[in-house]
Amino acid sequence: MITFREVSKDYDSLSALTDISMEITPGEFVFLVGPSGAGKSTVLKLIIREDLPSKGDVFVDGAEVTKMRPSEVPHLRRRIGTVFQDFKLLPQRTVFENVSFPLEILGLDDDEIKKIVEDTIALVNLEHKLGHFPAQLSGGEAQRTAIARAMVMRPEIILADEPTGNLDLGSAWEVMQILNKLNSLGTTVVMATHNMDITSGLPHRKLEIQKGRIVNDTKQKGASRESVKKK
Amino acid sequence: MKNLPRLIKVAFARIIRNPYHALAAFLVMFLTFFVVGAFVLISIGSNRLLSYLESRPQVTAFLKDGIGSEKVEEIRELLSATKVVSKTQYVSKEEALKIYKERNKNEPLLNEFVTAEILPASIEVSTYKLEDLPKIATTLEKEEAVDEVVFQQNIIETLSAWTKTIRNIGIGVVTFLLVMSLLTTLIVIGLNISLHQDEIEIMKLVGATSWYIRVPFIFEGILYGSISALVATLFLWASYIWVSPTIQGVFSDVPFLTASPTIFIYLLGAEILGGALIGIIGAVVATRKYLTV
Repeated sequence: MITFREVSKDYDSLSALTDISMEITPGEFVFLVGPSGAGKSTVLKLIIREDLPSKGDVFVDGAEVTKMRPSEVPHLRRRIGTVFQDFKLLPQRTVFENVSFPLEILGLDDDEIKKIVEDTIALVNLEHKLGHFPAQLSGGEAQRTAIARAMVMRPEIILADEPTGNLDLGSAWEVMQILNKLNSLGTTVVMATHNMDITSGLPHRKLEIQKGRIVNDTKQKGASRESVKKK
Repeated sequence: MKNLPRLIKVAFARIIRNPYHALAAFLVMFLTFFVVGAFVLISIGSNRLLSYLESRPQVTAFLKDGIGSEKVEEIRELLSATKVVSKTQYVSKEEALKIYKERNKNEPLLNEFVTAEILPASIEVSTYKLEDLPKIATTLEKEEAVDEVVFQQNIIETLSAWTKTIRNIGIGVVTFLLVMSLLTTLIVIGLNISLHQDEIEIMKLVGATSWYIRVPFIFEGILYGSISALVATLFLWASYIWVSPTIQGVFSDVPFLTASPTIFIYLLGAEILGGALIGIIGAVVATRKYLTV
């Protein structure tokens, strides 16, 4: 599903990633772990082509991301949902409008959008907050809204960059439950986090990154959604 | 294309959210299109005035009393022989009285004491080129039968020079205002782009195409341009209706201010198109410069 082949990324004299090679298979749940500044976010940025590698190739579902024309990038991003630590919600739009935003871009009509958004919002248990603005939400609710927005186009992959970073433990576990649920439904989830409390309790594969290099990969048989289902 | 109504709504929402930016762009463009329209009307008016004056007899030779038709015919043949005369017309004393009465029909006192006897007969002459007027005037002055020669070369030359000056000033002012409008649109849309950076970033992340992100800003430019052009032309039209009777009263029978509604409809169309074009150019330059998609 996602392949990195000898990928390096340099920012001027600073090396963010060095010679990374990895393979993430469809339906996997992968934690990218490591301290702040290790290069986790850079990996996510390279997957959605927010950045280009200095060396090496990145593939998503067989397509070479690094060689895509700019006009192909939006189509790649429609297949990948993204969730961020700071939620990135539009403050002047309601929960419904934030979640419907990606569907508007697809040009769906209002009735279709309403149905899809209501179904998606139900998955994150925010039906009662549809008309609320982000400023009226708790951190956990805001992040669940962001997850709903990432899910609304039914992406094959969800990338989450420190999605629990701004949340209390209770809200963080709620977010993890939703991500696990999505993974159990077949979505590939890649989550960057430095919070070991979150990762240690879960059986998913962990890719540990330190100073731009993968130093540990716990890929084990059955550590993907099958294990999550059992859990 | 399916998204077009939605994107137009976004453009309106952004304008409403930043009314002061919109007002700045609107006022500058309004001023531009008002001045453009005013210069167009002045230009049409002065050209009409020139044509009117050129169509009038340019040299008038007043004849002494008692000149017979044979002598008049002799003078007309003499003028025709110069090959520079386009038209000659003899105005008898009776015709001169008729013209006088027509011109002063609202002044009965002036008409009361004037008879055909006190008005001179005349020959009115037009030339193909203005520069031949002095030559014709000299020829006529040498004639025994001619009492006095009057010609309007100076009026036409002065007016022609004024028209040229007004046109040049107009072109200068209009060019300056058009550039200013373009830059204002560019700055206002540039500001709006930076105000919506977060929204643009999210749009990019959820897979919006470059077209989808740019179009509302381009609509914003079109709206600034076309609405200000529409209002400016209507304002000019209203000003014209208000001011033209006074000016027309001063210039009496000169028909240079009779701008028909058709002219204003053409002007309206041209200004709206021009406004939309300036808006599009300003917005495209702004999105190319400030928007990285």
